[in-house]
Amino acid sequence: MNVEQISIFIENKSGRLAEITKVLGDAGVNIRALSLADTSDFGILRLIVNDREKAKLVLQEKGFTVSKTEVVAVEVPDRPGGLSQILQALDRDQINVEYMYAFVERCGENAVIIFRFDETGKAIKTLSENGFTVLEGARLYAM
Amino acid sequence: MSYYNEEFETLPRQALEALQLKRLQTTVARVYASVPFYRQSFDRAGITPDSVKSLTDLQRLPFTLKQDMRDSYPYGLFAAPMEEIVRIHASSGTTGKPTVVGYTRKDIDTWSELMARSFAAAGVHRGDIIHNSYGYGLFTGGLGAHYGAEKLGASVIPMSGGNTKKQIMIMKDFGSTVLTCTPSYSLFMAEAAREEGLDFQGLKLRVGIFGAEPWSEAMRGEIEEKLNLCAIDIYGLSEIMGPGVAIECREAKKGLHIWEDHFIPEIIDPDTGEILPEGERGELVITTITKEGIPLIRYRTRDITSLTYEPCVCGRSHARLTRMTGRSDDMLIVRGVNVFPSQIESILMGIEGVEPHYVLIVDRKENLDSLEVQVEVDERLFSDEVKVLQSLSHRIEKEIKDILGVSCRVRLVEPQTITRSEGKAKRVIDNRINS
Repeated sequence: MNVEQISIFIENKSGRLAEITKVLGDAGVNIRALSLADTSDFGILRLIVNDREKAKLVLQEKGFTVSKTEVVAVEVPDRPGGLSQILQALDRDQINVEYMYAFVERCGENAVIIFRFDETGKAIKTLSENGFTVLEGARLYAM
Repeated sequence: MSYYNEEFETLPRQALEALQLKRLQTTVARVYASVPFYRQSFDRAGITPDSVKSLTDLQRLPFTLKQDMRDSYPYGLFAAPMEEIVRIHASSGTTGKPTVVGYTRKDIDTWSELMARSFAAAGVHRGDIIHNSYGYGLFTGGLGAHYGAEKLGASVIPMSGGNTKKQIMIMKDFGSTVLTCTPSYSLFMAEAAREEGLDFQGLKLRVGIFGAEPWSEAMRGEIEEKLNLCAIDIYGLSEIMGPGVAIECREAKKGLHIWEDHFIPEIIDPDTGEILPEGERGELVITTITKEGIPLIRYRTRDITSLTYEPCVCGRSHARLTRMTGRSDDMLIVRGVNVFPSQIESILMGIEGVEPHYVLIVDRKENLDSLEVQVEVDERLFSDEVKVLQSLSHRIEKEIKDILGVSCRVRLVEPQTITRSEGKAKRVIDNRINS
């Protein structure tokens, strides 16, 4: 049910994103979605890729600090208020969203949002009970 | 010339050395009789107190290291019973345990006199108003300068450190004529005063006595220009006494006279322990010859300097140390606080239970020392959440502040950022040396 994201630590200095994307490109890894969180000193690049193992390996070989994190991919009706309905359902069950970002590709009529929760299992339960579609990792990586 | 104790400050070398020998013999007998550490180390070296017959015999005595003081924490090296100890000071040490020193009433009198002599050598006299911004507390700076000022008969304002605005107001309103603080803090005050629209040219300050951290001739020039006073270098360390072990004279401002009727200095090769000839740079070793509370035999200060016995224009017969240029160990002095990289390392290990790669970068920004701790983020420390990494750096900052008493900034960096040489990381980058 869950989706694996890889996270990479980067210092705030020029050329780091270029370096990472080049390493992945050279290894034939396709980036499906990304988000960058930044502070004045450092950033955290979060990626959904088609081949997590290979991505992690080639980045580690280049000396990057990489970790894998479980995230949840949810289909969001592509209309005004679509995302709001999901967030309201989560709020009712007091589930905290650590961060979220949008997937590049659409899934049929729907957009896809990646969520990072503290309590992943509880979040998936709430989403399913409220009729939202949680996407399988395998389906997402191949999109 | 202005002396505090002319007879002893100008004692001819021959008489001075005869006095040193007599006092050395008394001290050796004292520590042998009352400090198990010294009895054991002398026995191991086959030395009895009565075998010290000349000053050169000093070279046969074993060294005392800072580690020996730590091993004897807190009172193991005291040579006087607690009933005779009237004051206790301590300096910061590794793993949070300080190095403890005790003073008898006579030790406090000696310290006060040597500090009074130091003030006099800097051109300070009765009628001067001494603005003492050295920290009061366990640190010897504040109280050491304070007692010396009173002994001299000057008026002392016990400011201690911090609250710069108030410092400047008092300096102006009270008509301070002498300033005692770290050299970097003096420049920080000058900058703060300038922002307040206050001109040091209009103040009554004429002498500044600066120590507790290394500084350069270039910095002296800057201080003298910005604070409009005569800047004098003073040296001391709590293990030996505190401030006032050695000071520059106003007349020459070239080398710090070490009060040889109370301390015997030697310069050694820090690697071999061998005595170096006059004028060569090496590690300063000091033997205290009048202390009662905690006399130290051949204490390795780790400070790098050289020694000259050339006569000085001021008429004092006591040898001079050149400006300290560094340390033979990796200790850093940041805003007057002693910092060993190993202390930071144990704090980092305590926080995450792992030994991360780190480097300490010391700089002087706006005339104040700054310490940056760069920590490599490996997979054990990394998180995909910003708040987790930020709280990690805040925790490290807080622990360092709590344990070492020095503020720092923690910067998280990518692995392999920190230069490694022969498999061992370079732990310290001190950019102040060039500033």
